[in-house]
Amino acid sequence: MMRWIAAAIVSGAPVLAAAETVAPADVTYDDYGSVEQSLTGTPGDAANGAAIVGNKKAGNCVACHQLDALSDVPFQGEIGPMLDGAGDRWSEAELRGIVANSKMTFEGSMMPSYYKTSGYIRPGDGFTGKAGSEPLPPLLDAQQIEDIVAFLVTLKE
Amino acid sequence: MKFKAMTAVAALLVAAPMLGMADEEAELVVNGEIEMVTKTDAPPHLEGALPEIMSGWRFRSDETQQTQMDDFDNPGMIFVDQAQAVWDTAEGSEGKSCASCHNDVESMEGVRAVYPKWNEEAGEVRTLAMQINDCRETQMGAEPWKYDGGDMTAMEALISVQSRGMPVNVAIDGPAQSVWEQGKEMYYTRYGQLELSCANCHEDNYGNMIRADHLSQGQINGFPVYRLKNTKLNSSHARFKGCIRDTRAETFSPGSPEFVALELYVASRGNGLSVEAPSVRN
Ligand code: HEC
Ligand code: HEC
Ligand code: HEC
Repeated sequence: MMRWIAAAIVSGAPVLAAAETVAPADVTYDDYGSVEQSLTGTPGDAANGAAIVGNKKAGNCVACHQLDALSDVPFQGEIGPMLDGAGDRWSEAELRGIVANSKMTFEGSMMPSYYKTSGYIRPGDGFTGKAGSEPLPPLLDAQQIEDIVAFLVTLKE
Repeated sequence: MKFKAMTAVAALLVAAPMLGMADEEAELVVNGEIEMVTKTDAPPHLEGALPEIMSGWRFRSDETQQTQMDDFDNPGMIFVDQAQAVWDTAEGSEGKSCASCHNDVESMEGVRAVYPKWNEEAGEVRTLAMQINDCRETQMGAEPWKYDGGDMTAMEALISVQSRGMPVNVAIDGPAQSVWEQGKEMYYTRYGQLELSCANCHEDNYGNMIRADHLSQGQINGFPVYRLKNTKLNSSHARFKGCIRDTRAETFSPGSPEFVALELYVASRGNGLSVEAPSVRN
């Protein structure tokens, strides 16, 4: 939690928004894995979400997914389904749940859980190969997830 | 099933980056004479996991594939030549070289194909690297080499070349079985913050692109491999370490009991493929 607030301040988010942020351990998933409540209360920025999805150093979702909306991003992977039309197939709450912790929606999914901080086997310190200690910083912060969700809902066929 | 079908459709709809894609149907013949089995039926213990096994060579680009087809083009052979000189060089307190006991390196024919292997006297599963260091320490009175260092990978490559084209055939029963089971369990463990197992990438998704990488089955019949990326020979343990690190996990060390177990298990998944080392990868 401490680290969380620190991250929000560093990234320039208003301190007030940080106070409303739902911590990874406090996210409520329904039986199908959806998350109704916004993680920050601040509407997502779809353009920024698109950038995170395509960025190797951020979401890197294109490592596994292809999507026409980001056709300028080279080397899109083939592990997961195409994301085109994801906004037709899933509601905002469902998409939030999939990005925060896909395993609540797809049991045993290969897709990483982006808003989870503990319960790992041999957790590492980033990509150093050295041990990390839980709780780890989540792969994406709450506002990044809201931004991605805002982008995904725009993906209509 | 549903998801495999979806990705197949996805691949058709988008002009996926086909640049430098491998010809998965090509056949590997080295120096115009050594016919390599790079695709064959999976061994019985992989029943239900994989229908057939394939060498990593099949998944590389045409250019990379070609580099391995002739020893003059294969940069890994430079290290093999260096190790040949070391084979004949005396070292250590006993004043012996490998050749003092093993004669010509041709005497090592067939050895690579059956390692890692149970050593009765030592009561342990030994990798080739462990055996080489045991000879250095107990037979030669020489310092052991760094487990995955350049001297070691070069010597492993030299010894492997003597078995090129022979089928990998490591034993998984008898006293080695519990170590094999340990390796198997590791193979299916979802390590790290990305919670990915070897099987997630190399069993469920071989043939698929993960970002710019064309996923292979993660076989080790070609090890040590020369990588164009770091221009040296790489041990299987170094590769395991890199793959686990990339799951944002705390990795294991080359030469650790865990990686010895994993090597035995992964080697056994390739039973039937040809010994290829030194193979060439990107
Ligand atoms: C390591 C691979 C991997 C990565 C990285 C990944 N995903 Fe996924 N994703 C999958 C797989 C596999 C599925 C299919 C669900 C299943 O059956 O497991 C999936 C499913 C989805 C779905 C539902 C797709 C649909 O149309 O039905 C969405 C949306 C999604 N992912 C978004 C994302 C976003 C956003 C990111 C990055 C923040 C991401 N994924 C990163 C593998 C991945
Ligand atoms: C003084 C004798 C001696 C020297 C010197 C020696 N070895 Fe050995 N080596 C042996 C013996 C004895 C064995 C059988 C050990 C056993 O089975 O436990 C052996 C076994 C091996 C094996 C395994 C063969 C098999 O069929 O399983 C390899 C590989 C090997 N040595 C490599 C080397 C290399 C490389 C060097 C030099 C760096 C070397 N040895 C130096 C005596 C020697
Ligand atoms: C996130 C995906 C991922 C995971 C998990 C993963 N690997 Fe890999 N691995 C790769 C990629 C990408 C490559 C390079 C392309 C290729 O050969 O598949 C690779 C290459 C390899 C190779 C080299 C194959 C060759 O022919 O050169 C071996 C061996 C290997 N992996 C073994 C493992 C083992 C064992 C594990 C588990 C401990 C593992 N990998 C986990 C992605 C992964």
